[in-house]
Amino acid sequence: MNRIIVGRLSVNVSGLRVLQRSFCSSVAEKESEVKQSFTNNDDQYDVAVVGGGMVGMALACSLASMPLTKHLSVAIIDSNPALGKSNFIKKEDPPDPRVSTVTPATISFFKEIGAWQYVQQHRHAYFDKMQVWDYTGLGYTKYNARDVNKEILGCVVENKVLHSSLLSCMQNTEFRKTIYPSRLTSMALLPSSSSISVDSTPSATTLFTKGHLAKLDLSDGKSLYAKLVVGADGGKSRVRELAGFKTTGWSYSQNAIICTVEHNKENYCAWQRFLPAGPIALLPIGDNFSNIVWTMNPKDASDCKSMNEDDFVKILNHALDYGYGPHPKSISSGSVDMFSWFRGDATLSAKECFEVPPRVVKLASERMVFPLSLKHANNYVSKRVVLIGDAAHTVHPLAGQGVNLGFGDASTLSRIIAEGIAVGADIGEVSLLKKYEAERKPANIVMMAVLDGFQKAYSVDFGPLNILRAAAFHGAQYISPLKRNIISYASGEQRLPLPLPLFT
Amino acid sequence: MAARHLRILSGCNGALLSVRFFSDSTLAQEPIASTAIDSASVSPSINTAENHSQLNNNKKHSAPSSLKHAELAKFSAIADTWWDSEGPYKPLHALNPTRLAFIRSTLCRHFRKDPYSARPFEGLNIVDVGCGGGILSEPLARMGATVTGIDAVEKNIKIARLHADLDPETSTIEYCCTTAEKLVEEQRKFDAVIASEVIEHVADPAEFCKSLSALTVSEGATVISTINRSMRAYATAIIAAEHILHWLPKGTHQWSSFLTPEELVLILQRASIDVKEMAGFVYNPLTGRWSLSDDISVNFIAFGTKNS
Repeated sequence: MNRIIVGRLSVNVSGLRVLQRSFCSSVAEKESEVKQSFTNNDDQYDVAVVGGGMVGMALACSLASMPLTKHLSVAIIDSNPALGKSNFIKKEDPPDPRVSTVTPATISFFKEIGAWQYVQQHRHAYFDKMQVWDYTGLGYTKYNARDVNKEILGCVVENKVLHSSLLSCMQNTEFRKTIYPSRLTSMALLPSSSSISVDSTPSATTLFTKGHLAKLDLSDGKSLYAKLVVGADGGKSRVRELAGFKTTGWSYSQNAIICTVEHNKENYCAWQRFLPAGPIALLPIGDNFSNIVWTMNPKDASDCKSMNEDDFVKILNHALDYGYGPHPKSISSGSVDMFSWFRGDATLSAKECFEVPPRVVKLASERMVFPLSLKHANNYVSKRVVLIGDAAHTVHPLAGQGVNLGFGDASTLSRIIAEGIAVGADIGEVSLLKKYEAERKPANIVMMAVLDGFQKAYSVDFGPLNILRAAAFHGAQYISPLKRNIISYASGEQRLPLPLPLFT
Repeated sequence: MAARHLRILSGCNGALLSVRFFSDSTLAQEPIASTAIDSASVSPSINTAENHSQLNNNKKHSAPSSLKHAELAKFSAIADTWWDSEGPYKPLHALNPTRLAFIRSTLCRHFRKDPYSARPFEGLNIVDVGCGGGILSEPLARMGATVTGIDAVEKNIKIARLHADLDPETSTIEYCCTTAEKLVEEQRKFDAVIASEVIEHVADPAEFCKSLSALTVSEGATVISTINRSMRAYATAIIAAEHILHWLPKGTHQWSSFLTPEELVLILQRASIDVKEMAGFVYNPLTGRWSLSDDISVNFIAFGTKNS
C-alpha cells in the first residue's frame, strides 16, 4: 500500500524531503492517517539474503513457495555472475567434483518448494546401500534403505545442479527478488526502539532515517535497507563478522581431496573406508561416474593432487581395496555368536557379506583440495540478523551432512518467518528469530558433536581403540534397532540421535 | 459524595463481593502503586484535571494533581519500558503472538477472510481498548486492519504513537487518550472490538461490556482476554507472578476482580454478545513460551459476536 502512495508522491527526492518535514512536526499531535513515506522505496526490502549459494537460494525459494511469505521483497547479494543469467547445464558436461549428498529430509524439502523437479532433469544418483569399514579389517557395517522401509538412503547431486534448480524454481514464480552482484562491505543495525523517552518530540531526522531497518553497504557503492539480514555467506561469513558473533571451533589437521572417477559398471552403493589418516568415500553420481572424497593430512593431499593421473588411480584403488589392511570377514549366518538374540528382528543388510568397492578405471575431472575445520557460531541471531548454513556451522564432510544442516536451517527459518507474519510481527525482532535458534542450534550441535566424535575416534591407531571401533561396527551391523536409529538420524528424519524426550 | 458501586455477579458468595469506592477525596490516600502500574493500561491518568472530570464510574478515577512527583516519575519510568521486551512488560510480549493467533483464527473465520493471506484484516476497523503501548495494535495493523487504539493514560498513548511511527505499516494507527464510554458517546462503531487484559482492572465489568458491545457493529466481533478467578490463577498469576518470580509488580492484579469464564459469558450475553469460542493460554516454563490450549483455568480469551 505504501509503495503506491510513494509512487504518486515522490516527484523528486528533495521536494519530498521538504514535504515530509512539514508532516513530521505535526505527526505527534495528528491522529488521523498520515502515510509515513520514505524517499525511495527502491532500495528497501523485507529480507536481504547475503550469499546466493545453495542455502541462501533455498531460503529465498522457500519464502517464494509459501502463501504467507511470497509477497515479501527479497534482495540477494552475491558477486557470483552466474546468478544473473539462467544457467544451462548441458547433459554432456563432465561431472563437477563438487557434489553433495542430500538426505531424504532435504529431498522432501526440495519437493515442497518445487525445486526437485529441476534436479531430476539433470544428472543425479539415488543410492540405497552403504558400506562402512576400516583399515583394521576387524569389522564392517552395511546399511540398506529397506532396513527402515524406505527406497533410498540419499541422493548424490552436483552442487551446480542443486544451485541452478533453485534458481530455476524461483524464476518461475512472481517472487519479488533483486540480485545485487557485489559484496557486502559494512552493515549498520540502527538503534532499537525499546526505550523511547516520552518527552522528546520525534525529530524529522529520527523518523527519516529508517528507524527500524538495517542498512547494508555494498562494494559497488550501493546501499540498501532491510528488515531482516540473513547471513548465508559461507564459512568465512562477512555477516557473522560484522554482526559480532563469536565462534568456537578448531581446524582439523586434514585436507580433503575431491575428484570424479569412472568405473566400468554402475554403482548404486555409497562406500566409506576409514584409513589411518582419514576416511575415503566413494559416492555414485550416475552414469558410471563416482565422486571421491578422501581426507588426509595436508602434505599427502598436495602430493596426491600433483601426481600424475595413473598413479593417482592406482593409489585410489589401493586405498579402497587391500591398502593399509585386510578385508573384514563376513560372519556367515550359521555361526552362533553373542548377537544371535537380536536376529529375530534382523535387518536385511545384517546378512549381507562384505563387498569390495568397484574398481576405479580412470579419473574424470581435476582434483581439488580443501582444508577441513569445525566451526560453530555461538549465537545464530541478534536483532535483524540471522545466520544459516555454513555461516552458522561448518562440519567435517565424513557423513555428508554439512549442506543438509544448512537446508534444514533454511526450511526452519522460512517457516518461522511465515509464523511471524501470520501474527503480524516485525520479522527482524529477536524474540521471533530466537525460535529459529532454539530449534536449530541443539540439532546442529548434536550433529557436530557426533561427527567430531567420529573424526576423533577414527583418527587414532591404537590397539584397544581399534577393537572398540570394530565392536562398534559389529554392533551397528547386527543390532537392528541401533542400525535403524542410525539410518533415521543420518537421513534427517530424526532430529536427535537418541529418542530423548523432546523439550520443545 | 462517595459513591459505592457493588459488583454483583451471579453465583458469588459474600467473600467474593468486591466493593469499589469512588471518592475524590479518598483517592489521595489510596496506595498508588497497586493501581497504577498495570500490564494493561486502565490506570489512573497522570494528566489530571480535564481527564478527571470526564471519566465516569466505569474506570478508576484519575489521580488528582496532588500526586507526588516521585509517583509520576515512577509511572513514566515504567511507561518507557513498554517496548523493552526484556523489561517489566516481558510477559505481555511473550503472550502477544499467542493471543494474536487466536484473534487471527477467530476473526478470519467470522469475517470469512483468507487465512493464508499475509494481510487478512484488510478492510476491517478494529479498536484496541486499553492498548497501552500498542503491543497488540501494531501487529493488527500489520495484518491489514484499520486500527484505533485507546487508553486512559496519556503517557501510554504518547509511547504508542512514537513507536508506531517507526514503521510505515503501523504509522496509520489512530491513537486516542480516551475511554470506551466516550467513544460510545461519539457513536463510533467498529467491526471488531478487542479488550485484552483490561477487564480485570475495571471496576464495573458489566458496564464495561455494555460499552464494548455498543462499539461493535451488528454481527461484529468482540474479543476479551483476562484471568480466571480460580485457585490456580491465584497461585500462578498472583503468588508466582507477582511475589515469587516478580514478573509483575505487586498489586498489579486483584484476585477478587478476576472473572470466571461463566461470569464473563453471562455479562456479555446481557450486553447482547454471544460468546462463540473460548481458549486458554498456558505457559511452558522450560521453553518460556505460551501456547493456546483448552485449559481455561488461568488465562483465557473469549470471542463473541454481537447479535443484531
